[in-house]
Amino acid sequence: MEKRNFSKVGETMYHEKLENGLNVFVFPKPEFQKGYAFFATNYGGMDMRFCLNGQWHNTPAGVAHYLEHKMFDTREGNALQDLAANGASPNAFTSNDITGYYFDSTEKFEENLKILLSFVSVPWFTQESVDKERGIIGQEIGMIEDDPHWKCYMNLMKALFQHHPIRVSVAGSVESIAEITPETLYACHKAFYDPANMALCVAGPVDPKHICQVAREILPKEAGPIAAKDYGEKERPQVAQSYIEERMEVSAPIFQLGWKGDAQINGEDRLRQELVGGLALEVLLGNSSPLYAKLYREGLINQEFGYSYESSAGCAFLAADGESKNPEAVCAAVAAEAARIGREGVDPALWERVKKGVYGNRVRGLNSFENLCVGQAQAFFAGYDFLRFAEIFDTITREEAEELIANWVTGERTALSVVRAKEET
Amino acid sequence: MSQVTRRELFPGVWLRAVHTNKFKSSYLSITLLTPLDRETAGANALIPEVLRRGTAVHPDMESLSAALDELYGGAIEPAARKRGETQCLGFVASFLDDAYALKGEKILEPAAGLLCELLLKPYTQDGCFCPDYTAGEKANLIDRIRAQINDKRTYATQRLTQEMCKYEAFGVDKLGDEKSVSVITPASLWQRYQELLREAQVEVYYCGSADPDRVAGALNRALSGLPVNENRVDPDCEVRVTAGPEPIVVEEAMDVSQGKLALGFRTGGQTCWEEDYPALTMCNAIFGGTTLSKLFMNVREKLSLCYYASSMMEKMKGLVLVSSGIEFDKYQTAKDEILAQLEAIRRGDIEDWEMEGTRRTLIGGHLSTLDDQGRQEEFWLGQAAAGLDTTIEELVDQFENVTREQVAEAAKKLELDTIYFLKGKED
Repeated sequence: MEKRNFSKVGETMYHEKLENGLNVFVFPKPEFQKGYAFFATNYGGMDMRFCLNGQWHNTPAGVAHYLEHKMFDTREGNALQDLAANGASPNAFTSNDITGYYFDSTEKFEENLKILLSFVSVPWFTQESVDKERGIIGQEIGMIEDDPHWKCYMNLMKALFQHHPIRVSVAGSVESIAEITPETLYACHKAFYDPANMALCVAGPVDPKHICQVAREILPKEAGPIAAKDYGEKERPQVAQSYIEERMEVSAPIFQLGWKGDAQINGEDRLRQELVGGLALEVLLGNSSPLYAKLYREGLINQEFGYSYESSAGCAFLAADGESKNPEAVCAAVAAEAARIGREGVDPALWERVKKGVYGNRVRGLNSFENLCVGQAQAFFAGYDFLRFAEIFDTITREEAEELIANWVTGERTALSVVRAKEET
Repeated sequence: MSQVTRRELFPGVWLRAVHTNKFKSSYLSITLLTPLDRETAGANALIPEVLRRGTAVHPDMESLSAALDELYGGAIEPAARKRGETQCLGFVASFLDDAYALKGEKILEPAAGLLCELLLKPYTQDGCFCPDYTAGEKANLIDRIRAQINDKRTYATQRLTQEMCKYEAFGVDKLGDEKSVSVITPASLWQRYQELLREAQVEVYYCGSADPDRVAGALNRALSGLPVNENRVDPDCEVRVTAGPEPIVVEEAMDVSQGKLALGFRTGGQTCWEEDYPALTMCNAIFGGTTLSKLFMNVREKLSLCYYASSMMEKMKGLVLVSSGIEFDKYQTAKDEILAQLEAIRRGDIEDWEMEGTRRTLIGGHLSTLDDQGRQEEFWLGQAAAGLDTTIEELVDQFENVTREQVAEAAKKLELDTIYFLKGKED
């Protein structure tokens, strides 16, 4: 077992790759009451087309999410109730990239861990239970489709990208999930839920050796084949369309602005780009930037304004969202500010300040076991270690942020998605 | 392990310090404790919001934001809360713990300084609050008060307590009401602010790696501008031991698709100050406090009478409040079934798995509070408002020893006081 110290942020991480290919990461926290376990597969909403044992599969949109819902069923009943009876609070989520299952508990941690590992690795689907779930997921899809923020985001993805599967909703549509059968679910489980395609991250008052022992005891002994994924040809830098609009029940227009970036291949460069992208946003339009204050004063944005750097395999972008009477004016103001930064550079005092602020926030975020474990699982699948940010952060220069702004915040890479109120009739 | 201490910094100004190396952040809060009162609640709730807009040194959001960045991205949020019949006003803040500062600089002292600057040195115009900030935050607060009706589940419980405690301070909301907020002027708000600084008990909370002496030193300096007053007001709470002879029934009709039924019980004098408090807590948890509870398992899951059904306890005021979402025509059946579940507890009809599962959930919930600085702060603020020193670990020990008979006894003392029913409009 490998032990790694991240002394700057006061963390220790144990890592072991088991014989079956599973990567186990443990953050011992002897002074805490609660233990947290996150068991994830490198398989998410966008992994619809894949190749297993030489054969290509095209699966319907929403299948990874559907599978997540059905994994809690066991031959004996339902794992949710077993965990709840032990005082644990279990749950799961599916993102574009991964599917993760987790719980936390203050008692019977190892027993709960066994339940978690067991229900995720042993599929149990019947025609009846799969059909029943279709109605439940259909309702969930109906609910999110009524959500203007979600609609605005999905429209932005469609505007930014030509064909990357991030354009497709993780939950799929009522039509796409109609095709899902127990056989589809078994095939996807076989393709992606092999220990060699998964990671287990645990934080809490635990012994790393015991965690590995439990994993060895419950999971398959040997690694199986893992499916190869296909996201189609590389995206070109230009957006698919620069403006997209929808009419829905909203009290004020909401918007999402996106700037299409260049995707990094897996490895620490992905982490570096994430950190540079985050800092670029802070100096360009962040809470303590001059542009933010100006937009706020002019009433073009309000407290709802937010921003983030996003990336998945094969795509990366900057995004900002909020409510505005005039989203086009916000878009134009950001373009003008990017041009000003291009001419004058980033104010060195502002740079030092936001760097401190962003660093502190990231370190404070390590209080959360969820953040630590989910972060490490995602980072591992992307080819780096989550806690490496503390070392890399220091080496990031103002010039890198300026360069990213100059390259990405340009007309041909900008897309604006707006949801406006329905017109009065 | 963490060590919890409490000391008086100035007369009526207390520091609760949790000394621990568990966290990456240090948590600071400063709270003014004042009796909940219809006349002042709105102005009280507005004060932290207006203060957060700017200080004499940092007069606007930009300069405050820059100051927080310098402190490694610290966060300071205004807060208005209610504990029993005490309104709790102030700020909660989280900063990077000193141990993780990149150049070994101290963060606690400047952070405490900025927090107290927000409380004590507001940005002023003509000797009182600036009209611009006051007007803006007044509008925001009125929006928040009006928005309370949007979440019908919370709204029903709020209306229940308003009706049930119509003649008690507890019936007043933590944000006050629109009527009292709308008449506030910068001058009237300033006057109320001065009164609060002079009269309210002050509760400071710290959780982090600094030892309590250092924390006390930092706060002594930062709070030196606070008026000295030997007679700051102690929090208090009226406890009604009995309900009326017949439950009061209040029905309201709104344009809703789901009905809300809320039942309010008096606990017959059982409160956090009494010995039977652990039994009452278990009783509420078995009744409707967890997903293993009788209301959840029977009324919701087995009988499908409710979309949700749960109960919560108000430990100082001595109330148990049941909240449920039902079809309009299920009013009588649902009410009967909720009361039947309480009857079962009174008879001691509690299965072993209910008793032990609930105990484990309750204990797990309390213990995990120790892993979260914000939740610990909430706990200790409640203890401060109640004037209690009992720790989480001590409570956990008490829960271990509660018997089925004690739970039944606690249930027997509950008396139904008020029923609130939100139904649809007939048309």
